Amino acid sequence: MTVIRLRGVVVVLGRYPALAGADLDVEARQTVLVQGPNGAGKSTLLRLCAGLHPLRAGTAEVLGCDLGAERPAVRGRVGLLGHDTALYDDLTVTENLELWARAARLPVAEVPEALDRLGLESRLRSVPVGRLSAGQRRRTALAAIALRRPELWLLDEPHAGLDRPARRIVDELIVEAAASGATVVLSSHEPGRAAGLAARTVTMTGGTVTADAA
Amino acid sequence: MRPDPAPDPGRPTPAPPAAGPAARPSPAAASRVLETWRDAALVADKDLRVEWRSRATLGQVVPFAGLVLILFGFALDAHRPTLRLAAPGLFWLTALFVTVVAAQRSTAAEAADSSRRMLLLAGVHPGAVFAGKAAAVAVQILAVELVMVAGVLVFYGVRIESIPLIAATCLAATAGLAAAGSLLAALVAGSRARETILPVLLMPVAAPVLIAAARAFDAALGSAAVNGWRWLGLLAVFSVVNVMLGVGAYGPLAEEV
Repeated sequence: MTVIRLRGVVVVLGRYPALAGADLDVEARQTVLVQGPNGAGKSTLLRLCAGLHPLRAGTAEVLGCDLGAERPAVRGRVGLLGHDTALYDDLTVTENLELWARAARLPVAEVPEALDRLGLESRLRSVPVGRLSAGQRRRTALAAIALRRPELWLLDEPHAGLDRPARRIVDELIVEAAASGATVVLSSHEPGRAAGLAARTVTMTGGTVTADAA
Repeated sequence: MRPDPAPDPGRPTPAPPAAGPAARPSPAAASRVLETWRDAALVADKDLRVEWRSRATLGQVVPFAGLVLILFGFALDAHRPTLRLAAPGLFWLTALFVTVVAAQRSTAAEAADSSRRMLLLAGVHPGAVFAGKAAAVAVQILAVELVMVAGVLVFYGVRIESIPLIAATCLAATAGLAAAGSLLAALVAGSRARETILPVLLMPVAAPVLIAAARAFDAALGSAAVNGWRWLGLLAVFSVVNVMLGVGAYGPLAEEV
């Protein structure tokens, strides 16, 4: 089953095309690494697949939903980790995850387990997210995704800002997600490290896919 | 905005509609309405919790409103008869300033670190996000208005002729101001000049609410011989229109992530 199918996709941010005719197919249960220089369109590609950007041209299907007409339906089935963590600074770690769980109709009782999974120790859970380090924020955001157990994981630089032990935890999480049958698309500025997680590497340049290696 | 007919796969699917009298809402529709109210309460609770932590309403907005009322008094030579006549207008002008501050703070909390994306990805209906945010802003404005009522009684020497009319006017006008403020703050959220654009946009939109509320207050404070309840009715219409516009128009704004 094809989870992501993009054909000639154009996404314009402001006045400039961030994706300029991108084509991509990702099959179910694949783990795909998207690499490329800054401004290549990696983040836009992931956000598009999460249903956050409107299409200017081309066709896009994610999890069987047409991104031209069914973007809200896609959002409920993916887990997106962006450059920003989409957490509320003034709420604590636990409050953020409980808010997410209630809003997304996920079991609130599983919040402590998700935080354990990402190695967020008890002393951090009552701290407002605004006071956390970048790495701790990122782990909190990943805990929110783990709580949802989405069909499609979209991880933009998941290792950014993490120390060595935290990177190992994130690697394990990605491997577990893939093993459980989820599809994972991740981008990384350290392709050497992330390549070990992915069976396939896609290279982007100037808003298009320029190389695809299994 | 989530298209109505398509079920949200991220959420439990409501039961299919059962056969029954045509006038009765289907269980699926009732479930959607309940979900929307529940989500709105979730968003309002979150916003009020964030606001309570920052203590901005108590520590900054209440003193700001008090200072504005006092300075209006000085500007009018502290002449009690003039102040009594002008009190309704000055009260609601101050409430408008408070609305600008509260709505801007409410939107800023969503913009930081793309926080609003959390609700979008969770599948919360934009109408529920709007209702929750507007309700939280309204609670803050109402809290400040309580202090302002005490302020005009003390500083301007007004007397309350009708407490029910005061209370009903505050509720209706605050709903209208909070709805317009929340919608317009979301509209200008992406602009670099949002702090200055919001008041420019809000003032004309809020003018009907302000005029009707001031006239109803004229009657409630005995400043002028008008039928306050009729003005209250008109005020309620303006406020309902603002709320409906907000619920309908917030969706496309929420899509701009």
